[in-house]
Amino acid sequence: MIRISTIDIVRTSLGGTGKLLPVAILITCAFAAFWLFPYDLGFLTQMLIMMVFVVSFDLILGYAGVATLGHAAMYGCGAYAAGLFAIHASPDPLLGLAVGAVIGALIAFFSGLLLMRAHGLSLLMLSIAITMVLQEIASKARDVTGGADGLTGISMTPILGVFEFDFIGKTAFWYAFSVLFIILVVLRVLVASPFGLALRGIKDSPSRMRAIGTPVYWRKVTAYVIGGTIAGIAGALSAQITSLVSVEAFNFALSADVMVMLILGGAGRLYGALIGTLVFMTVRHVAASIDPFNWLFVIGFMLLAVVFFLPDGLISLPRRVAGMIGARK
Amino acid sequence: MTVALSIVVDGIAYGMILFMISVGLSVTMGLMRIVNLAHGGFALLGGACAHVLTMRYGMPFVPALAASVIAVIVIAIPLERLVYRHIYRFSELEQVLATIGIVFVMIATVNLFLGSTLLTIRMPPEVSLPVNLGFKVLPLHRIIVIVVGLLMVTGLYLLVERTRFGIYLRAAVDNQNTAASLGIDTPKVYLAAFALGAGLAAVGGILGAELLPIEAYYPLRYMVLFLTVVTVGGMGSIVGSFIAALSLGILDTAGRYLLPDVGTIFFFLAIIALLALRPNGLLVRPS
Repeated sequence: MIRISTIDIVRTSLGGTGKLLPVAILITCAFAAFWLFPYDLGFLTQMLIMMVFVVSFDLILGYAGVATLGHAAMYGCGAYAAGLFAIHASPDPLLGLAVGAVIGALIAFFSGLLLMRAHGLSLLMLSIAITMVLQEIASKARDVTGGADGLTGISMTPILGVFEFDFIGKTAFWYAFSVLFIILVVLRVLVASPFGLALRGIKDSPSRMRAIGTPVYWRKVTAYVIGGTIAGIAGALSAQITSLVSVEAFNFALSADVMVMLILGGAGRLYGALIGTLVFMTVRHVAASIDPFNWLFVIGFMLLAVVFFLPDGLISLPRRVAGMIGARK
Repeated sequence: MTVALSIVVDGIAYGMILFMISVGLSVTMGLMRIVNLAHGGFALLGGACAHVLTMRYGMPFVPALAASVIAVIVIAIPLERLVYRHIYRFSELEQVLATIGIVFVMIATVNLFLGSTLLTIRMPPEVSLPVNLGFKVLPLHRIIVIVVGLLMVTGLYLLVERTRFGIYLRAAVDNQNTAASLGIDTPKVYLAAFALGAGLAAVGGILGAELLPIEAYYPLRYMVLFLTVVTVGGMGSIVGSFIAALSLGILDTAGRYLLPDVGTIFFFLAIIALLALRPNGLLVRPS
C-alpha cells in the first residue's frame, strides 16, 4: 500500500499554479454539464447538494480521521430547520441556509462532545444511535414535522430578491453550485491552515499531537462542528430545492452512502469527495435506469475493487497509473 | 406485577432472538475482530435457501434448516479463502467498506434470483401452538428459540473457553505471529471460525425469521440491530453478547409496554448512555 506522505499533500495544496487548475476545471465542468444535460438539471442539482454533504464528511473522516456512520444527523436537522424556517418565519433562501448551518453546528457540537471521546466501533455505534434518536423524534413529532408524510409546503422567495426559482431548475442548479463553490474555497483555506495541519497530525498520530501540546479533543470537536455546519447547509439546500423534507433524511443508508462516496473518490483531498459523488451517483442513476434491480452489483464490485486495489480512492488513479508506467521504464 | 412479568418473559424471548441472529457476528466481529457488516448477508443467504427448499421443493423444516446452514458454510469457505483473508489486515474503516461491498453483492444476487418480495419460510404448524406456562401463554416457537439460544451460548462458551480450538483461536487473534510460531495453523483456525460465524448467522436468520422477516434488503435493514448487540456486549465476549441481547430485549420490550410512543427513542438513548459510560461494552473493562 503506497501512501503519499502528508508533507507532499500539503505542498501540492499550497502550490502556485496547482491552486487555480482544479477551480478552473470545476467551473468548466459545471458549465459543460449545464449545457450538455439540460433535461437532467434536477439530477445534477441533487448531485451538487450531495457533493456539499460529502465534502463536509471529508473534513471529519479524511482530515481528522474520525470515522462515524451518523453524518445524516446534521443533514437531516439542517433540512428540517430550513424547511420549518421557510414555512413559519421567512421564505428567504439565504437566511434559510444560515438557519440550517446554525442548527447543524449546534447538533454537531452537542453530539460531538460525546462522540469525540469515543473510538472505533463504539464511535460508529454511538453516531448511528444519535441519528436514530433524531429520526424517531422527527417521525413522532407529527404536528411539527409532518411525521412519516414528510414536511411539505416549503416555498422560496427569489435568491437575493433577484433570481427566482424556475420550473426547469436552472436557478436551483446555479444556486447549489455557488454554495458548493464557496464551501470548497473556504475548506481549501481551512485545510491548509495550521488548524487543518493539526487535524492531519491528529489523524496520523493523536498521541504525538498531544505530546506537542495540541488539545486533540477540542480540535476534533471543532472539526466536527465545522463539518456539521456544512452538512446542515447541504440539508437546508435539499429542503429548499426539493421543497420537501422526509424522515429519510436521517436514514442510516444515507450516512453509509456518504462514507462510500468519499472513500470511492479518495478521502482527505476535498476533490476526491467530488469525484466519488460524481461516479457513485452517476453509476447509480444510469445502472438503476437500465436495470432497476441489479445496480447494487455494480456498486458492490466497484466498492470492493476500490478497497482492494485503490485504497486512496479514484483520485489517486492517475498517479498510480503514472507510477506503474514509470516503474516499467 | 403481571406487567413486569410479561415484560421480562417477552423481553427474554425477544432478546433470545436478538442473540440468535447476532451470535454469528459475535464470533466474526467479537472474537475475530473483523468489522463484518456482511453478517446479515449470510443470514439472508441462509434464509433465502431455506425459503427455496421449504416453499418450492416442499422439504420439511428441520432438514431444510440443516441443508441451508451447510450451503451457507459451503459459500463462506471459498469467500474466506479468496476475499476475507485479505480483509483481516485492513484498517477498521476499510473493513467496513469492503464488507458493505460484499453485502451489496449478496443483496443483488438474492434479488436477481428471488426478487425483492418477502421470502417466507414454512415451518411445521405445531410451532405456532400456544403453550401455557402458568402465568403466561407463549407460542411454542418462542420456547424453541429460548432453548436453542441457551444451548448455543453454552456450547460456544465451552468451545471458546474449554477446547483446544478455542485456545488456538484466542491465541491467533491476540497475536497471529506468535501463535503461528508456536505451531498453530492460524489460517485454518481463522477459516474454521469464519465458517462457524457464517453458519451461526444462517441459523439465526432462519430461526429469527418469524420476528425479522427475510427479504433481499434484510442485511441492511437490521445491520444496526446486530451491531448494537455486539457493541453493547463488548468485543471478544460471547457471554457479553448474550447478556447484552437479553438486556436489550427486555429494555426494548419495556419501552414498548410502558412508553409506547417514545419506545424507540428511549431504547437508543439507553444505548447512548451505556456506550458513553462503558465504551468497550458491558463486560469488557475499559483499557
